[in-house]
Amino acid sequence: MSGNDLLFAVVPYVVLALAIIVTIVRFRQAQFTVSSLSSQLLESKKLYWGSISFHWGLSLVLVGHLLALLVPSGFELWNGAPLRLYLLEFTGVALGLWAAAGLIVLVIRRSTEPRVRRVTTPMDTVVMAIIGVQIFTGLWTAIAHRWGSFWGTEVMVPYVRSLLRFSPEPGFIDPLPFMVKVHVLAFFAFLAVFPFTRLVHIITLPLQYLTRPWQKVVSVRDEPPAEYVTRDKNARGVS
Amino acid sequence: MKVRAQMSMLFHMDKCIGCHTCSVACKNLWTDRDGAEYMWWNNVETRPGTGYPTGWEDQDHYKGGWKRDNKGRLKLTLHSKGGGVAKAFYNPSLPELEDYYDPFTFRYGDLFGAPQGKHQPTAIPVSKITGKPMEINTGPNWDDDLGGSDIFAANDLSMNGVDESVRAQMEEIERVVFNYLPRICNHCLNPACVAACPSGAIYKRGEDGVVLVNEDKCRGWRMCVSGCPYKKVYYNWDSGKSEKCILCFPRMETGQAPACAHSCVGRIRYMGVMLYDADQIEAVGSLPDDELLDAQLNMILDPNDPEVIAAARLAGIDDDWLDAARRSPVYRFVKEWGMAFPLHPEFRTEAMMFYVPPLSPVMSVIEDDLIKLDLPDERQDFELLEELEKARLPLEYLANLFTIGDVEPIKRVLRTMLAVRTFKRRQSVDGTLDDATLEMLADLDLTPFKAEQIYRLTTTPTMDDRFVFPPYHREMSLEELGDPIKAKGGMGFGYRRGPERGA
Repeated sequence: MSGNDLLFAVVPYVVLALAIIVTIVRFRQAQFTVSSLSSQLLESKKLYWGSISFHWGLSLVLVGHLLALLVPSGFELWNGAPLRLYLLEFTGVALGLWAAAGLIVLVIRRSTEPRVRRVTTPMDTVVMAIIGVQIFTGLWTAIAHRWGSFWGTEVMVPYVRSLLRFSPEPGFIDPLPFMVKVHVLAFFAFLAVFPFTRLVHIITLPLQYLTRPWQKVVSVRDEPPAEYVTRDKNARGVS
Repeated sequence: MKVRAQMSMLFHMDKCIGCHTCSVACKNLWTDRDGAEYMWWNNVETRPGTGYPTGWEDQDHYKGGWKRDNKGRLKLTLHSKGGGVAKAFYNPSLPELEDYYDPFTFRYGDLFGAPQGKHQPTAIPVSKITGKPMEINTGPNWDDDLGGSDIFAANDLSMNGVDESVRAQMEEIERVVFNYLPRICNHCLNPACVAACPSGAIYKRGEDGVVLVNEDKCRGWRMCVSGCPYKKVYYNWDSGKSEKCILCFPRMETGQAPACAHSCVGRIRYMGVMLYDADQIEAVGSLPDDELLDAQLNMILDPNDPEVIAAARLAGIDDDWLDAARRSPVYRFVKEWGMAFPLHPEFRTEAMMFYVPPLSPVMSVIEDDLIKLDLPDERQDFELLEELEKARLPLEYLANLFTIGDVEPIKRVLRTMLAVRTFKRRQSVDGTLDDATLEMLADLDLTPFKAEQIYRLTTTPTMDDRFVFPPYHREMSLEELGDPIKAKGGMGFGYRRGPERGA
């Protein structure tokens, strides 16, 4: 097995398993630790300029990546005319730059605001470094190895799909430029640290809020503390 | 009719001496931790003043509570549901630490560790957040007792609508006036914090109406902090979770009064069960301002009414609770005597903590004027009843706090309190009741018996008179739901890990 195979055929499964299993364990055993860990109370002006652009920029770029994975043929159709290709690529780069600008503000904020430093953990630094590499290599790819939305559907999409089919074909990645490889590896690193850092807050995006009633009344009769509920069906009063 | 029970507290402001014992008892019990130093689940504000956090009543700024839209529907002021999710990355209506204060301590070690020298060593202030030396510019109760100040009192929003000439007088040093407003979470019937929480972590307990944050489910989106118009939900900057007054439910469940109420030096706090009709919550909240207060008080049901009792039993409220509701001192003040109001009912959260407005300042100004009154001696006491407009603390001010600007209900309460005083003075000093006094009582719907009841519950209540707690029957609810042996050896709380900050 070559180093390439190890990195692009074995590592993805390891980090994915890690991400899923540890996240589940964390939610079950230590849900108290799951939070966005907002520091807005301590400093809000720089956060305004950093957080909004960072979060929206990254989220939209992520949506773009996911769409390409789901409907690559749609991308191929769209990119059929050069003008539309330029528009898509330009939008992607602009969103990436927006996120990068946000991250820079956030890094400056974390390192210069004494109050925010007080609530910054080593893992926060790791997260910022990984996302920083991710954004940098993404932008590098978009600019130096142009038209990723075009060649990506032929190279990246089949590779990721092969992973999801459990028959990894790292050969797709082999001939790619260094920066693109780093971009992929940075995502694996992202998955690896995901359950151990504040990144878990991503999956708590409160979409259920859109459909729930405004008020919530809970009676002890409806919802006993989990540790008091016996699973034994024969026990008294438990249905 | 859907009957629910609510544990309510009543604050007799006429008795509050502003000693902050309640705040300290609460702080020592619940918020003496990293990230919670700045939280005052219970605080006592000097009024007129800007309160804590500064200017919390300004909903144009903080966007707390509910509003009635053009079509008469009830809307959360803070956001629509979609808006709540979209603003997850930055909450534009969140108070900053500067609206509270930078929590501080002193380097006491410097006092002991200082080398021998010519001067006394000093303990310098350090921030509880950064640990670095700091200059203290503000703190909790920074405006304590600063009635008449042009920074704090003059910026009190409830002074709007108070006549300019009266306002000018209130700033004169001889006319300065203030009173104390103790505040805890209002454990509202239509809590805006619950509605604002995107994670669904905040809920109202069905059995006693206590509003709680499920710390496991809280994700730190901070919408509750903005949504609460009373600013009584606080964000813990260390744990990344929101926290609020829990009405000391572990104490209530064991028959003890909450720490703030139990420790109250002036014995101003009363607690008891209130039954209310949960079916009316939305309809009442959507009423126009002038109908809001009466409708909210009408939601509170009569625990002696057989229909209410039947509906309550149907809703699973046991007879111990109904009995406690019938003995509730809060019910007496609020419903039987009509002497107490919720704080800022115009926020439409249907607050369930009640206040008896303060009387004392009225006496002092009128007493000066009494010298000039052309009245026979026996009529002079009654003159106070008619001269309430001259009160040193303007009626309009109290009306802005408690009755959405309507001075009539405030007048009625103050007159009732004055009438009880006059009645007791006649009785205990003169030894007789004259016709004029009886007439005055009758005008206010008071009988000598009722006046005596008000007098007793106001002045000489025992602990058992002030706090009427029903048994919570926790042991029974446990047995009903699961195996009680599983709870053996546990503390009754869900956590088996310390509440540490997550990575």
